[in-house]
Order: sequence, then C-alpha cells, then structure tokens
Amino acid sequence: MGSRGAFDEIWGHGGPDAPRAEFSTLSQWIADTPADELQRRQQSAEAAFRQLGITFAVYGDSDAAERIIPFDIVPRIFLQREWQKLSEGLVQRVEAINAFLEDIYGARRILDEGIIPPELILRNEQFRPEVAGIRPPHGVWAHICGIDLVRTGPDEFYVLEDNARTPSGVSYMLENREAMIRLCPELFRDFRVAPVDSYPDMLLETMRSVAPSGRARPVCVVLTPGHFNSAYYEHSFLADSMGVELVEAADLVVDDDIVYMETIAGRVRVDVIYRRIDDDFLDPLVFKPDSLLGVPGLIAAYRAGNVALLNAPGNGIADDKAIYSYMPEIVRFYSGGEARLPNVETWRCREPQALKYVLDHLPELVVKLVDGSGGYGMLVGPTASSEQIETFRAALIAEPHRYIAQPTLALSTVPTLTEKGLAPRHVDFRPFVLTGSDKVRVVPGGLTRVALREGSLVVNSSQGGGTKDSFVLLGDAA
Amino acid sequence: MRIAVEHRSVYRFTQPQARIVQMLRLTPCDTQHQTVVSWMVGVDCDARLRDATDGYGNAVTMLYAEGPIEAIEVVVTGEVLTTDNAGVLRGTPEPLPPALFLRSTPRTAPSAALAAFAADVSAGTTDPIERLHRLNQALHARFRCVPDVPDNGLTAAQAFAGKAEASRDVAQMFVSAARTLEAPARYVSGYHLDGTQQCAPHAWCEAWIDGLGWVAFDPVTGLSPADGYVRVAVGLDSEGAAAVAGHRIGHGEEQLAVDLHVDRLGNEE
Repeated sequence: MGSRGAFDEIWGHGGPDAPRAEFSTLSQWIADTPADELQRRQQSAEAAFRQLGITFAVYGDSDAAERIIPFDIVPRIFLQREWQKLSEGLVQRVEAINAFLEDIYGARRILDEGIIPPELILRNEQFRPEVAGIRPPHGVWAHICGIDLVRTGPDEFYVLEDNARTPSGVSYMLENREAMIRLCPELFRDFRVAPVDSYPDMLLETMRSVAPSGRARPVCVVLTPGHFNSAYYEHSFLADSMGVELVEAADLVVDDDIVYMETIAGRVRVDVIYRRIDDDFLDPLVFKPDSLLGVPGLIAAYRAGNVALLNAPGNGIADDKAIYSYMPEIVRFYSGGEARLPNVETWRCREPQALKYVLDHLPELVVKLVDGSGGYGMLVGPTASSEQIETFRAALIAEPHRYIAQPTLALSTVPTLTEKGLAPRHVDFRPFVLTGSDKVRVVPGGLTRVALREGSLVVNSSQGGGTKDSFVLLGDAA
Repeated sequence: MRIAVEHRSVYRFTQPQARIVQMLRLTPCDTQHQTVVSWMVGVDCDARLRDATDGYGNAVTMLYAEGPIEAIEVVVTGEVLTTDNAGVLRGTPEPLPPALFLRSTPRTAPSAALAAFAADVSAGTTDPIERLHRLNQALHARFRCVPDVPDNGLTAAQAFAGKAEASRDVAQMFVSAARTLEAPARYVSGYHLDGTQQCAPHAWCEAWIDGLGWVAFDPVTGLSPADGYVRVAVGLDSEGAAAVAGHRIGHGEEQLAVDLHVDRLGNEE
C-alpha cells in the first residue's frame, strides 16, 4: 500500500506546504533547519549511541547485537488531547490484561463463560501450569507493559501487539530524549514537552509498591541474563538510573523460600526482582532443567509470597498472538465496557471460514505466524512477489492454526530525514505502562519506530527500521 | 490395605558441594481411596525443609542445604491405607482442567509409529474406556518391563522403538498415545506393592473419561491399579512428576543410591 493516502502526523494529507494546523510551528522548524544541519545532528546522536553501546535489539532481533539502530532527528509529536485519549485506552487495556492473568491462573471464569475456547489457553505453551494457583504480591501480574500501536488518522489508533512479558526499548525512549535536548534545544523552548526522565523513578516506585507486605524498606534488583544479551545495555542502564543492583542468577540464592543476594558484606534479602530473563530460564527446578541462567528455588520463594517478580511468570498467555484476536472480548469481559483502543481486524486461520477468506485475499493481507516475532515469518501481501504469496499459501493450507492474517493498514507517517531530504516514512509506537499496587501510570512518551525504506511498513530494526523521539505536549499546539 | 513405604535416596559427591536445592515430590495426599496415616520426609544433614503445593496440586517439599556436603540422604517413611477403586479416582486435588493434559511435551511428543500403534489398537471401538484399556493391554503385551532405574531422559518416541522398558517409559508411552486419541492423559509417580526389589518410584498413568473422571491405568501390569498403589504426584510427563528435581553448586560427579521398600502391613484380607 505504501505511503500513498497515508495520514502524515505533521503534514496531514496536505504535504509540507499545508501542515496540520496545530503543527505549523514544528513544520516551520523542519522547513527552516537546513537538511545538512539536521544530518549533522543526527550523526552526532548516533555517534553518542555507539559510544554508549546501545546496540541492542528492540523486539527480539537476535542479529542486532553489534549494530546501533538508526536514529531520526525529526520528532514525532502527540498533542495533549490526543495523548489523553490514548492514555485512557492504554489504562483500560492494561487493567484488562492484569484481570485476565489473575483469572486465567486462578478461577478461570473467562473459560467457564465461554468467552475464549479453553483449548486455546490450555494447550498453549504460554499458559504455564507451573505457576497456576500462585497469586503474585498485591495481585499485579503485568507491571511493565509495552503496547504496540499503529495509527491511521488523527484519532485512530489500533493495538498491534500487547507486550506483557519483558518489553524492551525504554532506554531508547530515554536516550533519544537526551539526544534531542542536547541537539535540538530550540524545540524544547518552543514546545512544552512532557518529561520522560522520571521513568526510572516511576519504575522504582512501581517495584517498591509490589514488595511483599511487611517489608518496610524493600530491596529491589534487576536480574539480567548477562552481558551477551542483546538488551544488556538497557538492563544496566535501568539498574544504574534506579540506583539498584544489577544481578545475574549466580548472584542470587534461595534459602528457606527466601531470596538473597550475595554481596561482599554477606547475604542481603531481596524483595523485588525486575527480571529480564524469560520464564524458561528463571528456575531450573520448575522450568527448563538445563538452564544455567536461573535461580533454583526462585519459584518456590515466589509461590510462598516472599518475593515479587516483574513481570509475573506465565504472562506470555496474555500477549500471545492467538489470544490477541480475543482482546476486545477480554476487555469487555473484565471492564464491562467496549475497548477504547481497538484491535486490528484479525482473521484466525484456524477457523475454516477465516482461512478461506485469507486464501482468497492474500495479496491484500498481512499474514503472521502466531508465535513469530521480529518481522520474520511474515507475509506483507501488497509488496510480496507472487512466488512469496504462493509459498505462504502452501504453508497456510498445511498448518492453518499457526497463522493469523490482518488487513494492511495505511500506517501513519512522520517526516523523516532521508538521503533526498525530508520525506514521510511509516511509524509505529510503543508506549510503556506501569502497574503498581496503587495505580496504573502511562509514561508520557514512548518508543517510535520508523520504517526507513520508502513505502515500507516493516519497522523492525532487523528489517531496516529506526527510531525517533516521541514528544507528548503539555499544551495543545506544536 | 495398609502399605508401608521406606524410600532412602543417598546422593554421594566426588567433591564436596557448596549448596544443594531440591524440590521433592515425595508426599502423597489423601483421596477417597488413599488415606495417609503417617508420612515423613527427613534429611540427614543440616537443611531447611519447606512444604508447598505445586501448580498441579502435588505436595512438594523444598530442601535447602548449605555445604560443604559430601553426601546427603533423603529418607521418606510413611504408612498409607488404600482401598480398591477399580482405577476410578475420587477426591484428588484438581487445580487444572482435564483439557490441559492434552498438551504435548518434548518427552511425550508422539512418533508416527507410536501414533499409528495407538490408532491400530483402538480401531473398531469408539468407547473411550475400551480404547484406553486396549491401549494399556497392548503396551503391556508389547514391552517386557525391566526394573526402574533413575531417570535417563528417554522420550516416549525413543522408548517405543525399544523392546524392554521401565515403568516410567511405558507410562510415558501410554500418556503420549492416549493424547493422540484425544484423551487427556497424565503421568503418575508413586509406589507399587509388587514384591520386587525396587530402586526408583513406580510410574503409571491416568486418563480422563467424560462422565467417569480420571481413571488410572498401569501398562506394566496391563490392568487398572487396585489397592496396591500409593499415588504421589502427577504431571504432563516423567519430568513434570519427577520425585526429585535438584540443583547443586559444586564440582565433581554425583552418585545416587536408592533403597526402596514397599511392604504390606498386617495380613487382613
């Protein structure tokens, strides 16, 4: 579909000469700043990222370890009223995700009521019987969510994916902002941009709020799989900015169902763990027995209520692609109202009628593996060759249950610096939502990914994607 | 029947260990056909033991011991009263729906040969009980059972290619095959009074039959378990119901010696 007819968030449908009314100042800034000056600033930002070692993958791109993700100097901007509306939708969605997890590992009311086919949960590997019956401290499951959104118009947002396990990318949000303040200070004079630098404090507050009861001064740590992990920079960055210890599994021991951290001064009891290790590797006694990354006994301590794990093990069932298509029903079931943020229309190829429709409309659709990520195992019908389409047709017929299909949306664009000057490029958005024992907080910002290739809709960094800063304005004009 | 169990596991290490953490599934729970009169899990060194219930409803004991540890002995002793229920279970803790037990695991993924075997032996009847009994008998007839040995990680598919298998392997084959027949099935670990010298817990299986509930099958005997069994833990496969999941910090090799006695007390019929 390309960018033809797509909504540009700054220029609207009118192009550079007729920007959206609220964005005339920003549009002017883009027009007034020479392209080579923008280029220079962008290179300076990327040089800084390289020096910092921010070379990690955003969405499970395993080959991104030694690359930095390109940075684009033109910010993406949300007006206050747009943001307000979006936030309400995000809070509703994340509250529903938490209620769903509480239910699915507890009473399973949603299955009894016939809202979701039971086999879709019970036979799904992301549903972890090992943690069934555990209620995490304060009943919070998805403490840190990254909800992936796309936009098609001024007030039209769609949820593409819920990330309720260990969503990464927040360090991009923070580093991109820091670079923008340094390189484009004039923008922060002209606009009242909501700060994002309080994120580490918000995260720490969230962690402390879910500490097991009765722990007056809870000890929080960040658990990383180690420096070889592609998001290690983010792990150390977050630990550092929160002022808590960054630990590896070998630094933690469990004794008598209590977790301790080994320090030079002896053992220190640990109350809250922000773990950036997948469920499979958390505890070799309960999950993968050959895992060397895990902490033996951790799940026992968790089950005993002696430690909080962020996010809760077993959350994968909430952001599974097969469950995604039921999210509108899930939101309705737990919130009692319609989802404020709609899903992208999704055909479940496991259903014969849906499969027939998908096979008949392959050139128009995006087809995805239910368990795929990083933009792999995906067909983008409008840009695919007939050969690719036939390959997918065969795969769909062979294993329909492994696929879902969605329409190709006219993703919004944002002006982006290219070799030929400024041009619209498609973007998506990952805002971060924190849930503590007291409340749900939406961080006023997020990670904007941009498809740098002209017309491309694939924003994954492994497929030529970059990032932008995302401004949330405190006033109502830019 | 009154059954006494004494189950000693001695782990010896070629070098002293700094720490040991074990999760023990060694404690039976009360059901309508099984009353635990007394039960004790003990350890011969300074260790912390904590009781809990896992996601499958199994009673688990966490064992934490600090080194240096050259050897550790875990002793389980207890008495259980059992009644014959013709394999039909009542009063078991069931925190998970039966449909969960249709799920395949790496150890229970069926091979084409095992699936064909299941289809073959169950052909000609649609009665779910009859199908499962036939499967149970066919496995019993096909494999010569050998004494149980500590877990060797064999999968159902690998075991099916062999001739003589331990109870763990035939139980896992049953579970895998039953699931190919769309019957929820699970692996059971426990104790069996069979008059032989044993060096590992016995394994059998349970399958879900609509209208009847969970029904036990023992492909080692080709029958449904009667009152000579003490049911301890269930899981999706032998790993999930394993009596011990352990982790140690320290170098060297580990040797496990098991001394297991399952005896009938009294002589009332």
